[in-house]
Amino acid sequence: MSAFGLASWGSRHAHALLSSMGRLARHPLATLLTVLVMALALALPLGLNRLVSNVRAATGDFSGAIGLSAYLHLEVPEERIQQLARSTREHAGVAHVEVISSAAALEQFRKESGFGAALDALSSNPLPPVISVTPAAGASSPAEVETLRRYLAAWPEVESVQIDGDWVVRFNAILDELRDLLLLAGVLLGAGVIAVVGNTIRLEIDNRRAEIEVTKLVGGTNAFVRRPFLYAGTLYGVLAGLAAWLIVLAATLSLQPATTRLALAYGSHFMLNGPDVRDAGLALAAGTLLGWIGAWLAAARHLARIEPGFS
Amino acid sequence: MISFERVAKRYPNGREALSAVTLQVAPGEMVFLTGRSGAGKSTVLKLIALLERPTRGQLIVNGENTAKLPARRIPAFRRRVGVVFQDHRLLTDRPVFDNVALPLIVADISMREIDRRVRAALDQVGLLGKERMLPLELSVGEQQRVGIARAVVSRPPILIADEPTGNLDHQLASEVMNLFRRLNEVGVTIVIATHDLLLVRESGLREIVLAEGMVAGAEVPLPSMQAER
Repeated sequence: MSAFGLASWGSRHAHALLSSMGRLARHPLATLLTVLVMALALALPLGLNRLVSNVRAATGDFSGAIGLSAYLHLEVPEERIQQLARSTREHAGVAHVEVISSAAALEQFRKESGFGAALDALSSNPLPPVISVTPAAGASSPAEVETLRRYLAAWPEVESVQIDGDWVVRFNAILDELRDLLLLAGVLLGAGVIAVVGNTIRLEIDNRRAEIEVTKLVGGTNAFVRRPFLYAGTLYGVLAGLAAWLIVLAATLSLQPATTRLALAYGSHFMLNGPDVRDAGLALAAGTLLGWIGAWLAAARHLARIEPGFS
Repeated sequence: MISFERVAKRYPNGREALSAVTLQVAPGEMVFLTGRSGAGKSTVLKLIALLERPTRGQLIVNGENTAKLPARRIPAFRRRVGVVFQDHRLLTDRPVFDNVALPLIVADISMREIDRRVRAALDQVGLLGKERMLPLELSVGEQQRVGIARAVVSRPPILIADEPTGNLDHQLASEVMNLFRRLNEVGVTIVIATHDLLLVRESGLREIVLAEGMVAGAEVPLPSMQAER
């Protein structure tokens, strides 16, 4: 392509883009409504994504609540207990290991339960020694906790293993589930965005039927006729992506004060994370792509049917 | 320039608009196409502009066999045939300039060249200075002239017109006809479908009469009338 050809190609596209922008600007209310519907469809998965990320961030502290207690047989000797504790400390994903001997457990129970007198009546100490394990913060997924449980349960000296705070583990599993759901919602709402753009472009094509006929009559190619509609669809997408990001940002800001109060009530300084640059890029890219696809489908389907004729 | 060889056209609804039309239009010629409504005048024009393809027979326009032209080359073909409609088909939401510029814009002509050529075409039809007006602000005769300017702005070798004077009184019709004559003098081949037999007789040009999808007769003007021109 010559420099001139390139310049004319550029000006052709600039012309189509400008005329599409002008067209959208001339019908601000209709444009606003279309963009708003698309933006809401994009904002929903984007907002859900924010929600999941924030809940994860807020409950990151709960990982400390997860723990495993390995109850040993009563007759396991002290050295063996210490040996087991040492091995466990070296296991991957373990943050902290503590040994509670039978005597210490009895002492603790005596102090906390108020059944001291009853315990004195027993001839021997009924409480087993315990190895208490805290997983590392980054290793508290259901699968990792389960691996650790099996590791402990495999020792013949271990009578049973109990997971403390397993509700946190389940909670994390729910969050994972939510993330899958989010993907599904994203796909469905994306199809919705395509349908909205496609329908808008179809109406636009109907409205400009006379113009399309004349353009084809004087020798306009299909690409020429299609171009402004593709630009219009893409513009809708860009605006919707931007609006979706703003909607999520606004939602985050409006929820911030209530969240801060709630967090303070729990003694936390947790702050909501608003949508970041990556989210903005994602919303824009998704909007642009979906807008273009919707416009392309509508144009391919409806433009071919319009051919010029007499009377 | 235009050659119909036993051309037939049947529409998808089963109506046979042309049964076997044979006619020739020489380069630089200006002819009239007459006949009653439904005789096939519009179909002949549609075939010339490649808005329809012949069902049978051979039609050659501008050296192209229209039955065999691939679809992707139709836009380029249409740029070489100007079309004028009875209802002029102007885009009422665009100023005169944009309407006339459309054939150049689709052909990728530079803006400077478009500006020059649109003015030249408007000058030709006597509408220079009305570029920024909307079509509905013009009189009927002026609207028709804008339509003609749009048809000739890309300097097509062939111009076809469907009842171009149908909505005009005799005075305006004569003006439009004179415009066609001037375009013809600079070498444009012109085919005009019309009901206005008076106008045809006055012109002294060849008349191709269609009846029931066939050429019923070709009135060749008398030598004396030709001499009057």
